[in-house]
Amino acid sequence: MHKVAVGTVDWNARREDFPILHEQAHGHPLIYFDSAATSQKPRPVIEALRNFYEHDNANVHRGLHTLSSRATEAYEKARQRVAEYIGAASADEIIFTRGTTESINLVAQAWGGKFIREENVILLTGMEHHSNVVPWQLLAERIGARLRFVPVLDDGTLDLDQLPSLLTPEVKLFAFTHISNSLGTINPVAELCAKAHAVGALTLVDAAQSAGHMPIDVRELGCDFLAFSGHKMCGPTGIGVLYGRAEVLDSMPPWHGGGEMIVSVALEKSTFKKAPHRFEAGTPNIAGAIGLAAAIDYIEHIGRPAIFEHDSQLARYAAERIKELPGIRVFGPKEERGALVGFVMEAAHPHDLTTFADQYGLAMRGGHHCNQPLMRRFGVSGTTRASFYFYNMMEEIDRMIEILHAAARFFK
Amino acid sequence: MEIEELYQEVILDHSRRPRNFGELPDAAVLVHGDNPACGDEIHLAVKFDPDGGLEDIKFTGHGCAISQASASLMTMKLKKKSREEVMGMLRAFHDLVTDETNDASKALGDLRVMQGVRKFPQRVKCAMLPWRAVEQALEQGAGEATVSTEPS
Ligand SMILES: Cc1ncc(COP(=O)(O)O)c(C=O)c1O
Repeated sequence: MHKVAVGTVDWNARREDFPILHEQAHGHPLIYFDSAATSQKPRPVIEALRNFYEHDNANVHRGLHTLSSRATEAYEKARQRVAEYIGAASADEIIFTRGTTESINLVAQAWGGKFIREENVILLTGMEHHSNVVPWQLLAERIGARLRFVPVLDDGTLDLDQLPSLLTPEVKLFAFTHISNSLGTINPVAELCAKAHAVGALTLVDAAQSAGHMPIDVRELGCDFLAFSGHKMCGPTGIGVLYGRAEVLDSMPPWHGGGEMIVSVALEKSTFKKAPHRFEAGTPNIAGAIGLAAAIDYIEHIGRPAIFEHDSQLARYAAERIKELPGIRVFGPKEERGALVGFVMEAAHPHDLTTFADQYGLAMRGGHHCNQPLMRRFGVSGTTRASFYFYNMMEEIDRMIEILHAAARFFK
Repeated sequence: MEIEELYQEVILDHSRRPRNFGELPDAAVLVHGDNPACGDEIHLAVKFDPDGGLEDIKFTGHGCAISQASASLMTMKLKKKSREEVMGMLRAFHDLVTDETNDASKALGDLRVMQGVRKFPQRVKCAMLPWRAVEQALEQGAGEATVSTEPS
């Protein structure tokens, strides 16, 4: 039996923090290998939500009563907690959103709408999630600007040799993912940011797959924007973060209008608050922000370096073992990879394979993973993806391999 | 075990060796059916007899076992059927794969092996894709058309 030995973390005890992992599916113990889609939630996060609704619930920044002050304080403390978590200089650089997708749309509309001109280029990569493609297509179409894409090599890494010809002075923004949600590729963020800045472009990092899995320091990375979702890092759904460097946020107009974001409203014209409140119109997801702060506390208690090491071991082990299967193609880099493995089995379409696996309690994802251009690049309509988090165990991967062998026999 | 109920031997056989798979050079209608959520594709070619019935029907495409087997079984069943028979079968097949309380209509014959799909709601679209294509072919009558399980 393979054991993951990282530091002194008691991984079995951490697993016990997740009540849902005791669930069964079709009479089998649940094996949850779909954390890249959304992670499960530990008890402290579930309790933080409950605690908020049972004791502190009120609207923020509005009432002058006790509960409203408590809710406001907890909400703003959560912002501070997020700032510390990603090494932001100030909590004013943290905007709460619904998730990665909304964060990127905010940048495309508020920043892009003001600063992108017809002659400009937005540089993306061939491995972006649809949420880091479509907002830019909408913007480019509206303004007449162009998109460019850094190609992906066969091994799942970016073709950085192409960068000099792509990253030209017309490029105003380079937006790319930290970790690919289909390939597991970990991109060299600091290097890419430095190169972008050298031609005067700003950078946006899609940290959806990395924020809960590895240490992130926005000042070390040198990015201007960073987007992530709470639900992929032990937090609730419906809460996410946009980090923006203070100077950049201050240059941006609002995107949504409404309450909370204004200083004063006259019938013809309003004046707006400063960042981050300028970008948070209406009642925010207060409980969500508090739940996200609880998730951060929980993750930090374990430690992100230990989580990264644990998840990488699982992913490397899974990639190795999956290769044992007949007619198999594994995607993504050989060496370093994030906490997931994408593959196709000749005998079984990804949807047949995931339906089959589900009958044995194994939850994986089959399909294009919101990465249609990338799937096309690799000549497949979809893949099967097993994705991991620190509550997964080597034994579960061994069980997955057994189930995949059974599927290969069944569909052959 | 539900998995064998879904993937009956007949279905696996049709997905591995689809019948009526290939081009139909003198087809009257060609319908490109697409299930974007899964990436399933069916290209259905139909030739009509003078009364508007299905003289011949063939398909190409790729996708999951359910969509490909459904297309294969469907083409076998619908060849030489009148318009009315096809429309009746379409309704009966839809009930078969969606309605838990439905007693599989005898008229469906072999197609009844697809009944297991009703326990897998996410796979109904896969099974229905070729039927959506044939419905479109009847409506269209001539030329080329596209049909999607996710209308845009
Ligand atoms: C790399 C990447 N970017 C963006 C997203 C979108 O995240 P969300 O749906 O939480 O907005 C995801 C998750 O689906 C992702 O994996």
